[in-house]
Amino acid sequence: MTELLLQKKHSPYYYIKSKLSTGLPLFSAVFLVLLIALLLLHFIWHGAPGITWTFLSEAPRNNNTEGGIFPAIYGTVFLVFIMSLLGVPIGTATAIYLSEYAKQQSFFSRSVRFGVNTLAGVPSIVFGLFGVGFFVQFIGKSIDTAAQTTIWSKPSLIWAAATLSVLTLPVVIVAVEEALRNVPQELRAASLALGATKWQTIWRVVLPNSLTGILTGTILAIGRGAGEVAPVIFVGAVYSLPQLPDSLSDQFMHMGYHIYVLATQSPNAAEALPLQYASTLVLLMLAFSLNLTAAYIRLKIRRSHK
Amino acid sequence: MHSTSKLYKKSKFRLSEMIIEWTIRLTASFSVIVIFLIFIFIFRESGGLIFGTAKELKPKKSTSEKTTDKPEEKVKPEIYNPETGEIAKVKENKKQDISKSSESKSESIWKNIFSDTWQPVGKKPKYGIQPLLIGTFKVTLVSLLFATPLSILAAIYCAFFAKAWIRDIIKPTVEVLAGFPSVVLGFFCLVTVVQGVYNTTQFLQPLCTHIADFISWVIPFSNEWIHSVLTISDFHYSSVVGGIGLGLAVIPIIFTISEDALSSVPKSYREASLALGATESETAFKVMLPAALPGVVAAVLLGIGRAFGETMIALMATGNAALFSWNIFHPVRTLAATIGSETGEVQWGSLHYNILFFLGILLFLVSFIINALTELFVKRYLSKKFQGA
Repeated sequence: MTELLLQKKHSPYYYIKSKLSTGLPLFSAVFLVLLIALLLLHFIWHGAPGITWTFLSEAPRNNNTEGGIFPAIYGTVFLVFIMSLLGVPIGTATAIYLSEYAKQQSFFSRSVRFGVNTLAGVPSIVFGLFGVGFFVQFIGKSIDTAAQTTIWSKPSLIWAAATLSVLTLPVVIVAVEEALRNVPQELRAASLALGATKWQTIWRVVLPNSLTGILTGTILAIGRGAGEVAPVIFVGAVYSLPQLPDSLSDQFMHMGYHIYVLATQSPNAAEALPLQYASTLVLLMLAFSLNLTAAYIRLKIRRSHK
Repeated sequence: MHSTSKLYKKSKFRLSEMIIEWTIRLTASFSVIVIFLIFIFIFRESGGLIFGTAKELKPKKSTSEKTTDKPEEKVKPEIYNPETGEIAKVKENKKQDISKSSESKSESIWKNIFSDTWQPVGKKPKYGIQPLLIGTFKVTLVSLLFATPLSILAAIYCAFFAKAWIRDIIKPTVEVLAGFPSVVLGFFCLVTVVQGVYNTTQFLQPLCTHIADFISWVIPFSNEWIHSVLTISDFHYSSVVGGIGLGLAVIPIIFTISEDALSSVPKSYREASLALGATESETAFKVMLPAALPGVVAAVLLGIGRAFGETMIALMATGNAALFSWNIFHPVRTLAATIGSETGEVQWGSLHYNILFFLGILLFLVSFIINALTELFVKRYLSKKFQGA
């Protein structure tokens, strides 16, 4: 028996197999990390020289070969601001339900959970279609017929923000729910023991203790929303605008869309490339700084509740 | 683990509490309602294409140039040629000729939809979704072939072999990749991967021929087909480039979820296996991986869902030509990319617009089914399996 085993262990086939089964995972991990590092370095290397104050503060000129991307940054920030105003309250309420009110096995709570998970998996382009079909064509048109106007039933900033807020809803819900669950049970018990009602407990004790969690959810949602292009392509993003948007029914410039159009439809692709790298780096830095902040806050929450 | 609802159980009835609870419940049902709304409204905008109530499909503006009212003839199975017929990105003005009676009209629409040419702009628009389906399939397949082995193996390394500090490098790095907006990945493909793949494939042409020879030797009767699939073409943009881009988007999903599944396998499994004399790698591949298989399958499924519906990368890196071809080195056009590039330019309410929403229904249904599968089947199975452990 032992001999057989030894024989097996010394056969070249066994040797190769054991080397492969430890080597391949190591190789994949190293490859993956190097690939991502390369990706990051590529954008930093090509993009960093182009980021100047002029670039960040001026409008594009001369087919995007000169000037900056300020209108795109402005549009994106405006968009995600409205998006979080619309999405975060709903997401927080859903998270409160899931964490404080839901009974684990009830049909309703299970379907809410299923709804959230499904929403997280719907392709972003479908949200774009939804934005056109529901917000612009249905709600916008209804408002227009009711108020005798014509400004709402066309793609605009408010509808793009609404579409994105639906898209980022799962992000908010998951983050806030995690924060709510990290609030120690003793706090709730103490509040209830002092005679507070359920809602008083939630509003005065649980929510203040998970404010950072709500902040995390908002930041993550903004990071996600700022980078999504597919949903806003036909719900209000435009390639260039004469002036900055100042009302909710205006169209807007969007950084991701700007990059997309420059990359695929630019009349002078080679000359626009440096500025394009720079705008890509700005978008990346925006996304990463948001994600990093969120990760940092999360870490702090976890530490403080341990 | 979570007993909040138990804590609250005995409370007196109060009207204000009641109102608040129901408000919160109502808000919580929002995400379920949205799912329904998405379905209903995308369905509505597809103009009842499904039930053949295509009477309303008549375009609002019919151009007067169209005098020859020929009935819809069967679309010829010709391969769309990108050199002669580049899809012009102009606002569509000319509407399709639809034959007179409504029945044959809807019938011919369906025949049109399932034909093999996608050419929505032109005198006789062709809405065959076959090339789009094949394109989506090819790109998804390539991205999975690229992403799945890489991320599962890396997850195995991370979960079982790596030291703690190495794990602390790998996991955040992959999360960095998850934070990349897809338009950035698409741009990356456009500026670097395209040329890289082109050079590599030109270099590898003989190897591809050998692989094709080998496969046709293993599987009889596949000779011609496999050679046509693996012949390198001169196109720069192809499903391989798009697949690599989508793979980059999919890697974080597969890696994170399968790493979770792998490290949630109870430690006792590993200890038992090691105690029986198995090596670390045998334990990882023969004990831990099979135990976590449902989770890993869920990860791959979610990856498929992402690759299937990803728009920007597919839009930027695949060449966007709706070729009817199985060759993975030909440019392709996916369902999502078609919606993304054409919905902005189509006349709202036209047949083309309806069909784009029909494609949206397809995307939505596939993602819905994938989610339901992972949710109802895989996760439950996994949690049941480890309950006693």
